[in-house]
Amino acid sequence: MAFPEPKPRGPELPQKRVKTLDCGQGAVRAVRFNVDGNYCLTCGSDKTLKLWNPLRGTLLRTYSGHGYEVLDAAGSFDNSNLCSGGGDKAVVLWDVASGQVVRKFRGHAGKVNTVQFNEEATVILSGSIDSSIRCWDCRSRKPEPVQTLDEARDGISSVKVSDHEVLAGSVDGRVRRYDLRMGQLFSDYVGSPITCTCFSRDGQCTLVSSLDSTLRLLDKDTGELLGEYTGHKNQEYKLDCCLSERDTHVVSCSEDGKVFFWDLVEGSLALALPVGRGVVQSLAYHPTEPCLLTAVGGSVHCWREEAYEAEGGAG
Amino acid sequence: MAALHSDSDEDLVSYGTGLEPLEEGERQKKPIPLQDQTVRDEKGRYKRFHGAFSGGFSAGYFNTVGSKEGWTPSTFVSSRQNRADKSVLGPEDFMDEEDLSEFGIAPKAIVTTDDFASKTKDRIREKARQLAAAAAPIPGATLLDDFVTPAKLSVGFELLRKMGWKEGQGVGPRVKRRPRRQKPDPGVKIYGCALPPGGSEGSEDEDDDYLPDNVTFAPKDVTPVDFTPKDNVHGLAYKGLDPHQALFGTSGEHFNLFSGGSEGAGNLLGDVGLSKGRKLGISGQAFGVGALEEEDDDIYATETLSKYDTVLKDEEPGDGLYGWTAPRQYKSQKESEKDLRYIGKILDGFSLASKPLSSKKIYPPPQLPRDYRPVHYFRPVVAASSENSHLLQVLSESAGKATQDPGTQSRHQLNASKRAELLGETPVKGSATSVLEFLSQKDKERIKEVKQATDLKAAQLKAKSLAQNARSSRPQPSMPDAGHCSWHMPLGGVTATARASNFKPFAKDPEKQKRYEEFLLHMKQGQKDALERCLDPSMTEWERGRERDEFARAALLYVSSHSTLSSRFTHAKEDDDSDQVEVPRDQENDVGDKQSAVKMKMFGKLTRDTFEWHPDKLLCKRFNVPDPYPDSTVVGLPRVKRDKYSVFNFLTLPETASLPTAQTLSEKAPQHQGPNKSRKPSRWDTSQQEKKGDSISEFLSLARSKVGPPKQESSPLVNKEKECVPESLSDKVVNKGVDPQTEGEESRPSRDLFKAIFASSSDEKSSSSEDEQGGSDDDQAVTGEANFPSSQETDLGETSSVAQALEPAPQEPAPSFPIRKMQIDEREEFGPRLPPVFCPNARQKLEEPQKDKHKKTKEKHKTKKEHKRKKEKKKKHRKHKHKSKQKNKKSEKSSSSESTDSSDSQSDEEGTKDVSPRELLRRLKCLPLRRQ
Repeated sequence: MAFPEPKPRGPELPQKRVKTLDCGQGAVRAVRFNVDGNYCLTCGSDKTLKLWNPLRGTLLRTYSGHGYEVLDAAGSFDNSNLCSGGGDKAVVLWDVASGQVVRKFRGHAGKVNTVQFNEEATVILSGSIDSSIRCWDCRSRKPEPVQTLDEARDGISSVKVSDHEVLAGSVDGRVRRYDLRMGQLFSDYVGSPITCTCFSRDGQCTLVSSLDSTLRLLDKDTGELLGEYTGHKNQEYKLDCCLSERDTHVVSCSEDGKVFFWDLVEGSLALALPVGRGVVQSLAYHPTEPCLLTAVGGSVHCWREEAYEAEGGAG
Repeated sequence: MAALHSDSDEDLVSYGTGLEPLEEGERQKKPIPLQDQTVRDEKGRYKRFHGAFSGGFSAGYFNTVGSKEGWTPSTFVSSRQNRADKSVLGPEDFMDEEDLSEFGIAPKAIVTTDDFASKTKDRIREKARQLAAAAAPIPGATLLDDFVTPAKLSVGFELLRKMGWKEGQGVGPRVKRRPRRQKPDPGVKIYGCALPPGGSEGSEDEDDDYLPDNVTFAPKDVTPVDFTPKDNVHGLAYKGLDPHQALFGTSGEHFNLFSGGSEGAGNLLGDVGLSKGRKLGISGQAFGVGALEEEDDDIYATETLSKYDTVLKDEEPGDGLYGWTAPRQYKSQKESEKDLRYIGKILDGFSLASKPLSSKKIYPPPQLPRDYRPVHYFRPVVAASSENSHLLQVLSESAGKATQDPGTQSRHQLNASKRAELLGETPVKGSATSVLEFLSQKDKERIKEVKQATDLKAAQLKAKSLAQNARSSRPQPSMPDAGHCSWHMPLGGVTATARASNFKPFAKDPEKQKRYEEFLLHMKQGQKDALERCLDPSMTEWERGRERDEFARAALLYVSSHSTLSSRFTHAKEDDDSDQVEVPRDQENDVGDKQSAVKMKMFGKLTRDTFEWHPDKLLCKRFNVPDPYPDSTVVGLPRVKRDKYSVFNFLTLPETASLPTAQTLSEKAPQHQGPNKSRKPSRWDTSQQEKKGDSISEFLSLARSKVGPPKQESSPLVNKEKECVPESLSDKVVNKGVDPQTEGEESRPSRDLFKAIFASSSDEKSSSSEDEQGGSDDDQAVTGEANFPSSQETDLGETSSVAQALEPAPQEPAPSFPIRKMQIDEREEFGPRLPPVFCPNARQKLEEPQKDKHKKTKEKHKTKKEHKRKKEKKKKHRKHKHKSKQKNKKSEKSSSSESTDSSDSQSDEEGTKDVSPRELLRRLKCLPLRRQ
């Protein structure tokens, strides 16, 4: 008698708070997972960037060197470098191990809202409220960016990078996708100022959140609207959104202290996870597991699925 | 052709040897392969080249010192067994045959050895011998050598001697006065027997001040610089203990280390002691100072380093001692006697200056005049020909600007000279040939005033002739008040222009002045490329740029200084001569359109703009992506130069005008109303609306819309094609990266676009429809509608043919980017054919005033005039379509009746129709599919 095949589990949403990191760095402007999801970065308004093990809640290192609050950070694919951008208009490349500033790229005329490494961490793309995206070369010592993408008419709120694309959301209400392979720029008009964009993990769609309290899932190739997700509140702040680890759900911060989960296909609200009292400023979704980090005020919460047991082998 | 060929064969000149004709069956000779092209010596052994310069070949065995057998030479015989046989090897034993041959390093052939050749030949050897002698146990052992004269002198010696040369003299003509210090230095070689000591030297010393005039001297001998190679391990210029010094006590002498070798030992017998006036004898420190010896100062003389030269000094200038070291007395000469140096160098009748020359004052080079051209231009002297002067004048005035031949233009208006030539007089060149020359200054002023009063044209012409007259005469004084600016021409008005032409900033250079005037003329006509056109094409780019600047400056400067009008205006921040600004070629535009699309959640094509975007090469590299545009140098969005004032530059502004129409449409669409009930003011929909009268086309379009991506080749849809023709055309132009100048050339702001679009739609039709529209506004729809079918049907054939003739390409709506782009543009701009929207009220409100406006402008129409204008337009070339389109759009914006009347009329006829939602849909579908 054979055991029946284990039923494939349905996607579980992280709704159990397993850890709270009191970051102690002022307001946490952004929280980001590293490439494999074992660590996270928190960008503080006290000019520091901190590296944590979110599941254990241990602070690994503090990176200080920014002249103003840190607004976004990203880790390289090999975990050797970090990049961050902040209110000091600078983009900083950090060495993870030593905590030293490797390079500082200056050139933006305004706050740097968002930074991303490219796939091989050879280029840092930074989007700023000066409405430009600058591509900084980490390999050479040139102080100038390799290229400046200044097609946007207003500040850049979000930049995401795939292997050959740069996806940028701008306050001018457009999502621009620069396809390096095709040499084309696709500009999708959404209308409302865009707060966050991201690729779906399959690379077929783009998720766009805008200040009209709406998330839209657009077909990457045609720009057609695949889904719309509403219910949350996002009218003032630059809030993050993302897709769950298997593209099953759309996740977004909300200004009412919750994190909203929608079913991607049906568009129905799956879960409104109350996180805190204030605005959920930032969130990050684990690349492979149902694990969510949310930043409210000065603390970061780590959420797992209900079935998760603490220290269940997770490092 | 064939005949030509046969003829030309004989004229051919052939060089070189032709290849032998190939014989049948014979295999072609193979060229020697590279590896077989070797160099061998006479015995057939391979030679390996060693170095490019030495031309040497490899030594030993493959560049080693070994042999084929290894390190042991093949001739090695162990001395253990054959101890007795051990032979002493000379250098020759290690030499190859080549080295022993005639040109080798050790030739075996019989040659004159140095022993018997002249000794001067080999100073090295001689010196070596001397040194050897000096160092020999018996000093002077080589004395015999000195006595033995070579039996044979070289040919050169013989020749020189025959020419009167004596040994010890220099070669060359005899000089009048021998420079002082000609006394042969001990270092000078004396061949054969030493010169009798004392005699010549003594006399020379005495003769220092007394030099008879009639005595000439042979030039002094020049000892070449000694290039003795250093072949020992001694210190630099070390010279062993000189036995002469030890023996003859010349230790006080300052050694010249660098000529040490050449002096001394050779004159063992003669000079050493005698030159000091001392007797041979034993003297020196070692023996103390004798009572009879004067010198006692250096009893304890020590060799100090200070006695030696530590620095290689240059020769003392002007001492006439070429290369050899001056004797001691000379060097120790006092400063006051220095001018003695010049003895023998001062020419007769001259004396040394007592005062030093005052330093020269250096003046800077003169500054070049501003208009100085470093190229001398030979003005072609073209005498007025026998042609009719009037004809010439006319020619120059009409086509003169186009023809750049300076010859015909330079003097054709010199009426006086022409007349003179006609009369058979020899023209007086360079003199005043103008009547004006004989006018008094006052008269000239008056003439000028009169000129200013005359109308523009006359003034221009006259000024021109004036200028040309003045050119050949003297430059007219530039009048500061005679300014003008054709840059400000539209402001300056007639008088300014008239003045302008009176002013001649380049009167000195008639050619230039002419160009300048031409430039002004062009400017006046509003041609943007005036500068380019009037510049001499034969000039270099540099000169051209220079002149361009000058002209522009002159035009600005001389004018605005006094013109009251110009004082109100400031100079443009941007370069004025480029009426263009760089703008991205493609712009995301018309947000309003998209907004409505977003509201309807019609994401996709409506909300998407696609642009060609060029990533930086390095970025591609960093992203590991092949450069999509490997040949392009553009980075980012391709930019084009656009007319500065083009509406296109402002298209990104939300267009309130187009918005209501969009809303109209979108409202209508869902209700599926009749296609032609509401009026839509966008004139760009004409074609569609015209078409709509055609039920067949409507039907077809509907059908097509179902099919999906359009094929537009069927005839009823030609109108639609036409619609995209001009746009795709223009876009293509842009795509090709039209150079901005050519674009700039299209200065004509005509309504050519409409000609292009509606080329076939007869003027009669449009004018007639306008006439009718002129009647009543309410009738408009009816009349328009009534009108169209009839005119349409006739048109369709024509239009299609014309459209095809115009541009066959766009008929296949290849999903290429530019076309689609333009369509998007058009759609965006002139009202999206979008399904409904939510605010009908706003639409109504907005639409009304627009209608009113049209009515007003319509009333202003003078249809006759309009008609005429269109006729004119027809003549105009089609290539200005792009430009004209822009202009049209501009005109559309402005409400001035002058520029808009024609387009308004167009729009009026169009206004009678509306786009049905279905049509809208169809158009949407017609947008070529995205490249996936």
